[in-house]
Amino acid sequence: MSIHHKSNWELLKNGMFGENTIFRMAISLCPSIAVTNGMKNGVALGVSVMFVQTMVNITVSAMRKFIHPKIRIPIFMLIIAGYVTIIDMLMATYARAVYREIGLYIQIIVAFASIFARAEVFASKNKIVPSFFDGFGMGVGFLLAMIVISFFRELLGKGELWGISFVSGNPLLIMVLPAGGFLAVGLLMGFFNWVDMKFYGGKGASGV
Amino acid sequence: MATEAKAHELIVSVSPHVRGKETVGRIMWTVNLSLLPAFIAAVYYFGPRAAYVTGLCILTAVLSEHIYQVSLKKKTTIGDGSAFLTGLLLGLNLPASVPFYIPIIGAVIAIVITKLLFGGLGYNIFNPALIGRAFLLISFPKLMTIWTEPTARFVALDAKTTATPLGILKEGGLSQLMQVFGDKTELYMSLLTGNRAGSLGETSVIALLIGAAILLYRGYITWHIPVSFLATVGVLAWVFGGQSGFFTGDPVIHLISGGLILGAFFMATDYVTCPTIRKGQVIFGIGCGIITMLIRLKGGFPEGVMFAILLMNCFAPLIDRGVKSKLFGAVKEQKK
Repeated sequence: MSIHHKSNWELLKNGMFGENTIFRMAISLCPSIAVTNGMKNGVALGVSVMFVQTMVNITVSAMRKFIHPKIRIPIFMLIIAGYVTIIDMLMATYARAVYREIGLYIQIIVAFASIFARAEVFASKNKIVPSFFDGFGMGVGFLLAMIVISFFRELLGKGELWGISFVSGNPLLIMVLPAGGFLAVGLLMGFFNWVDMKFYGGKGASGV
Repeated sequence: MATEAKAHELIVSVSPHVRGKETVGRIMWTVNLSLLPAFIAAVYYFGPRAAYVTGLCILTAVLSEHIYQVSLKKKTTIGDGSAFLTGLLLGLNLPASVPFYIPIIGAVIAIVITKLLFGGLGYNIFNPALIGRAFLLISFPKLMTIWTEPTARFVALDAKTTATPLGILKEGGLSQLMQVFGDKTELYMSLLTGNRAGSLGETSVIALLIGAAILLYRGYITWHIPVSFLATVGVLAWVFGGQSGFFTGDPVIHLISGGLILGAFFMATDYVTCPTIRKGQVIFGIGCGIITMLIRLKGGFPEGVMFAILLMNCFAPLIDRGVKSKLFGAVKEQKK
């Protein structure tokens, strides 16, 4: 049944670096641009996605023998929607300030390509433990990407980190605007490709 | 002796066999030279600070291109004058009063991000100087719109700040513009000579037209883009620019104020980022004109030439594909 040949550690690493949702697969880019204008928002969304990704992988993997292949897509959708509703309600109750800003993006986690893709290509074909590591790794990779992007955007665009201002003078306002989001994601993607090609002998994004 | 061909020997080589004298460097340096009148006018009206800002832009542009290419072990291309031109155009697009870190940031963005990361000269989608300016305008909206009044003296230390003619037109309408400049003739004269607030190089229409004439005479640019651009702006200003209904606008004010002349002749005509087919160039110019007037009359900014050219830059490849000439004798496939 199991089709993977990787150890749990390799699965974790694969999610964080090798197939990093944003920098290597270039999917779920919409939130990475929309909410990364501050580290608080970025981390909040990253943690939410990590939770949903991990739980969905576990659930799908546990139910993989009961899900009829012909209706698997709606079933995955329901599972994802269930967990998104949980995190949505939790945030609305306990993190109101952040929720007010990124609530919409919490709800559209339902439509994230990365979560769906892992459920389809990994969790529905593998046992629970590897699925957990795969989902967790992917979630951590997404969280890391959000932290890196929002770090640079908040620092350059507002002169702040985590809401605390410490750079005086005129910040580069463009970095907190959508255009700056595209710039930051593009440049960081290029940087990670360069690191991969230079130090790990990779072929860049096209050779994943 | 393989390299030295004698007169009676037959040389077999790949085309092209007849080469023109024109090189990238020659064209670029001529364009640089044609901007000299505008530069002189800028220094005359805005004082030595104009020279500092422009010089800083050029220096940073050339240096960042050199450093980028050397550090990647590529052949440095600063000799062809394109980085110099980018820096010069960026400098002429900045207000005189900007702090000195602004030209540096702008030039690095223009050269490294807009041009070199896309593969260098010939591969950039957008006009580098304009992206540099757009980046700065969005990043520092306050600093980039502090316009100093021209002094025409070489001591511009306590320069007064004011709005650009287009800014006044947007805020207070034509009547206020008349109040500031006196009567219509005086308004036209100050717009033509450049005795008005604005970006360094855009103010003096006469100086810009001298440069444009050089380029047109040498055949480095053709009339298609500037004329279609200017004509569209003129017509739209005439039809929609008036305050008392259609067909009452003053096209001349819109034509000779703002960065239109600089943009239409020197930046929309950038070889790399405009369509290569003549028919496409006319479409490109018309598109630029429409977007410019849309922003000037309806948008949030008083001036829209920069965004118009940048937006049309994205469409340049598409336009080229759309106007490609048909093969002789080719017929459309019949629908069945």
